[in-house]
Amino acid sequence: MRVSLKRLFRKIEEINRRYRTPRIAMSRGGRAALEFLRLYLLFLVCLMVYKFILLVN
Amino acid sequence: MNVFSKLYYKLRKMWKAIQLYLVIAGPGIVVMVADNDAGGITTYAATGAKYGYHLIWFLLLLIPVAYYVQEMTVRLGAVTKRGLAEAIFDGFGATWGWFALVDLMLVNWLTLVTEFIGMTAALHIFGVPPWLTVTAVVLLMAIIVLNGRYWTWEKIALLFCALNLIYIPAAFMIHPSVSDIVKHGLIPNFPGGFNGQLFFFLMANIGTTIAPWMLFFQQSAVVDKGMQEKDIPWGKFDTLLGSALTVGVAIFIVIVTGTTLNGTDIASAGQAAEHLMQTDRYVGAFMAIGLFDAGLLGAICISLASSWAFGEIFGWAHSLNQNIKQAPWFYASYFFALITSGLVVLIPGAPLVLITLFVQVIAVTLLPAALVFLILLLNDPRTMGDYRNSGWQNLIGGFIVAAIVALSSLYGISIMFPNLFQ
Repeated sequence: MRVSLKRLFRKIEEINRRYRTPRIAMSRGGRAALEFLRLYLLFLVCLMVYKFILLVN
Repeated sequence: MNVFSKLYYKLRKMWKAIQLYLVIAGPGIVVMVADNDAGGITTYAATGAKYGYHLIWFLLLLIPVAYYVQEMTVRLGAVTKRGLAEAIFDGFGATWGWFALVDLMLVNWLTLVTEFIGMTAALHIFGVPPWLTVTAVVLLMAIIVLNGRYWTWEKIALLFCALNLIYIPAAFMIHPSVSDIVKHGLIPNFPGGFNGQLFFFLMANIGTTIAPWMLFFQQSAVVDKGMQEKDIPWGKFDTLLGSALTVGVAIFIVIVTGTTLNGTDIASAGQAAEHLMQTDRYVGAFMAIGLFDAGLLGAICISLASSWAFGEIFGWAHSLNQNIKQAPWFYASYFFALITSGLVVLIPGAPLVLITLFVQVIAVTLLPAALVFLILLLNDPRTMGDYRNSGWQNLIGGFIVAAIVALSSLYGISIMFPNLFQ
């Protein structure tokens, strides 16, 4: 189990290294807009999970 | 004689075109019809029962939406020969790539749960216990996938797609009023006015027509099938046909429940089938068979979408053309997702119907993230060359993203301020 986990983490590190530099250049504004969209969508998902819990209870 | 030879030549040319299409056909139709999965059938059945024919116009709008979104994956897959997960990692770096992959895994797993919910509900009508359904489905899917050929898998999937058309005869059997369908269904209207429940249903209908897994699935299927740039026009036609089919089937389901159960609050497609059994047992049986088929087809495709994406990123062998020895991790992740999602259905007292509807809504909420990456990738001139998005395609794609974000926001507002839209 420990060996498998180590191997998995090593693989993830390797993937992170391989894709460290994005091939498509993005402006700072573009990156900020994408980050905002990501956070906003996560916020909406959290709201929906909250509604789900309300309905279940 | 000249006329006959010309006619013969034309017919031969047409037959050759059909033969060529039959070779290329698959990913578009399979992904679109599989989109009418158990969650989809439940959503459409509930929409028909709740709003009658009033939202048919909205479903029709989803044909171009589904087409424009999915045809981008055909171009990207055929040109880059890589799946969407790998394309996102490569184009935007590891951080965005992990976000996209985790989103996909989460939504796919949740959607797989809804497939099992649908299948167990469908067979429960015929007296089959849930544990038996889950076991039989996992075994059946193992047999389908482990045959070691993409082509065989695709043909089996197309067979299940054909069974999805069962709702069409079901709709004719209940003799709906065509004039009512035209009068109430084709003129845009918002039954009951704007409120949280309507937003929820609109979102669930979008979520079941276009979902994140579909983007990843179709692109990976295009790559696994080995489609080239020259095949793109056929791939687009395949996608258009699939979009029309998926919405067509959805409309027939809405007609079935809109005619027989209008005004009833049904919680699931299984419940709709049980109600229909009381009025017409054949239509009820068709509904249940269609629900099981939809769940099975959805499960086959969704579990593959996850395994393909994982394989692409982790560098594992990830093709249906490879056997279990050649691609052990591909099949291990496939069965892990399948078995764990099947087990959720067996938890006593789990709110299965609520899970089904909420999964559709969460899927559509997360869709814009993947869609934005897809549009950006399609605008990369270095990779896409002549196949990059035109101004119009970007405009349509941007509008779809904005519409989904706006609708999700309205639903979010209706959760925070429940009295605002009453």
